[in-house]
Amino acid sequence: MKILVCMSVVPDTTTKITFSDNNTRLNSQGVQFIINPYDELSLTKAIELTEKNGGTVTVATVGLADTDAVIRKALAIGAHDAIRINAEPIDGQFVAEQLSHVIKANGYDMVLTGRESIDYNGGQVCGLLGEFLSWPSINVCTKIELVDGKAQFERDIDGGRQTVLSSLPAVASAQKDLCEPRIPNMKGIMAARTKALVVVEPVACEISSRYKQFESPAPKQAVRLIDPANAGQLIDILKNEAKIIA
Amino acid sequence: MTGIYAENSEGIFKKSVLEAASYASQISKGNVLAVCIGKPNDGEAEKLAKYGVNKLVVVDGITQFDAHTYATAIAKILSGEGIQHVVVANTYEGKSIAPRLAVFMNASLSTNVVDLPDTSNGFTVKRSVFSGKGFAFVEMLKNTKVIAITPNSTELKENPVSISVEQRPAESHTNSTQIMATSKAAGKIPLTEAEVVVSAGRGMKGPENWKMVEELAELLGAATACSKPVADMDWRPHNEHVGQTGITIKPNLYIAIGISGAIQHLAGVSSSKVIVVINKDPEAPFFKAADYGIVGDAFEVLPKLIEAAKASKN
Ligand SMILES: Cc1cc2nc3c(=O)[nH]c(=O)nc-3n(C[C@H](O)[C@H](O)[C@H](O)COP(=O)(O)OP(=O)(O)OC[C@H]3O[C@@H](n4cnc5c(N)ncnc54)[C@H](O)[C@@H]3O)c2cc1C
Ligand SMILES: Nc1ncnc2c1ncn2[C@@H]1O[C@H](COP(=O)(O)O)[C@@H](O)[C@H]1O
Repeated sequence: MKILVCMSVVPDTTTKITFSDNNTRLNSQGVQFIINPYDELSLTKAIELTEKNGGTVTVATVGLADTDAVIRKALAIGAHDAIRINAEPIDGQFVAEQLSHVIKANGYDMVLTGRESIDYNGGQVCGLLGEFLSWPSINVCTKIELVDGKAQFERDIDGGRQTVLSSLPAVASAQKDLCEPRIPNMKGIMAARTKALVVVEPVACEISSRYKQFESPAPKQAVRLIDPANAGQLIDILKNEAKIIA
Repeated sequence: MTGIYAENSEGIFKKSVLEAASYASQISKGNVLAVCIGKPNDGEAEKLAKYGVNKLVVVDGITQFDAHTYATAIAKILSGEGIQHVVVANTYEGKSIAPRLAVFMNASLSTNVVDLPDTSNGFTVKRSVFSGKGFAFVEMLKNTKVIAITPNSTELKENPVSISVEQRPAESHTNSTQIMATSKAAGKIPLTEAEVVVSAGRGMKGPENWKMVEELAELLGAATACSKPVADMDWRPHNEHVGQTGITIKPNLYIAIGISGAIQHLAGVSSSKVIVVINKDPEAPFFKAADYGIVGDAFEVLPKLIEAAKASKN
């Protein structure tokens, strides 16, 4: 079982997001970067699958050299090796196209992504890879098991859950509940230093989109407090003033 | 002409599909082609017509959802009609199809789009990024564009037209995925689609106290949600957990009861149009994100709200 885990490197979840250079880019001053939380899940799941069934886990990131420290963390958690595609991740389509070349070149039985990257929230890469590779793609998975040379997934659907059996190779995206993310231990951190982190150059591809400008959400008005003794008044306000309920 | 994928939810076109229709008819100034898989119920095509769809193509003969099979069928019809803009609702199903449509049609793809495009100079969409902590204006550079819009974020604008419905048999296909089982919470409003959400946290003390939460939700036609620790402790099913690691929702009204308002919780709900916070601690961070607040004990406030909601119904 050869598994590739696609990993994006994102601002820590508690980061206060601001923009710089005339609101054309994220202000990364003082921002701590981490493994995208959904990718932490898919990484852990991939390690669990190979522990049970044998095989290797490779982590792949489209990013510049400043992502290396976070990639080392993934190696410390238990990935066997890593590939960094040396490019700024322009958008989901660019990322997926780059990854698809690495996947075709190396051959994998399963590719895992996160359901979305919590920075740009595209939720695109899993489906894009599926179409680029002509593989089945299964989004927002809460369970992954191997059964008789196939993979069985449980995934979220609107209003429920579904069990899906898929041929391999396949690409799937991780949703919360997939597993408990592992954290690196001392042994893992030591081992990570000598694991391979291969840097490859990007292939040329047509650019699909251009981020022109960012905007912060409008600041909230101060909260309007309602007397708890007269709490029922809230319903009237929501109905007749805010006109938000019928 | 603009195309939409009209997700067929057991014969019904939900509000998110009508929003896609309305969005499409606003960018194409009328002239919208919708594609759906499997026959919709009687009267459903007319719902699309009300929002500007003049033609619906129903693909017959695909019995199970498979992202590749669906996307291929949809993309073939849209490409055949020379469609350049495709609008899809950002539901779980829409999200698994939109990327495949984009590759098939060699299109630019934007998901989480929250507003109509600016076409004064190129084609620029506004999308929500950083879990609701920002917006990005993104120029879509390729000729063909696939746009996935966030439910509840764009205006539903009526534009009644007359609609023709055409049935087409699916081309032969083999699915590489097979659905083994589906479980859906029957009769409940799915959280991702709810316009009103009543949510509660650890302040409710225990699962036995959720009766009040559910009663209020039912009176308001709302879905119920919860904070992460509540799901972790199995007080509530995991699929109600909203936030950074749970579901992201964007209802018109979010009522948070006994939830502190940690940043990871806010990440999943802060784009709600109106937020009401009920918490006994006036210093609870959630009040900073709230439009209306009640500083009080949930066990005293909830019965009052239930009573008022009942009274307002009659
Ligand atoms: C990486 C990471 C991801 C996370 N993801 C999520 C996520 O997706 N979603 C999420 O919700 N959390 C998430 N969390 C956890 C989050 O940080 C908070 O711990 C959690 O949201 C707190 O839940 P709570 O508000 O229900 O509980 P508490 O923080 O315990 O707050 C309970 C609140 O209830 C109030 N209260 C108590 N009694 C009453 C009463 N009788 N009447 C009225 N009010 C009362 C208290 O004043 C308090 O404000 C995440 C944390 C981390 C580190
Ligand atoms: N720069 C990147 N490098 C590698 N994988 C990525 C990158 N960006 C996104 N991904 C993968 O795609 C998933 C979904 O990202 P997105 O479609 O951008 O929301 C992430 O959880 C990752 O698994």
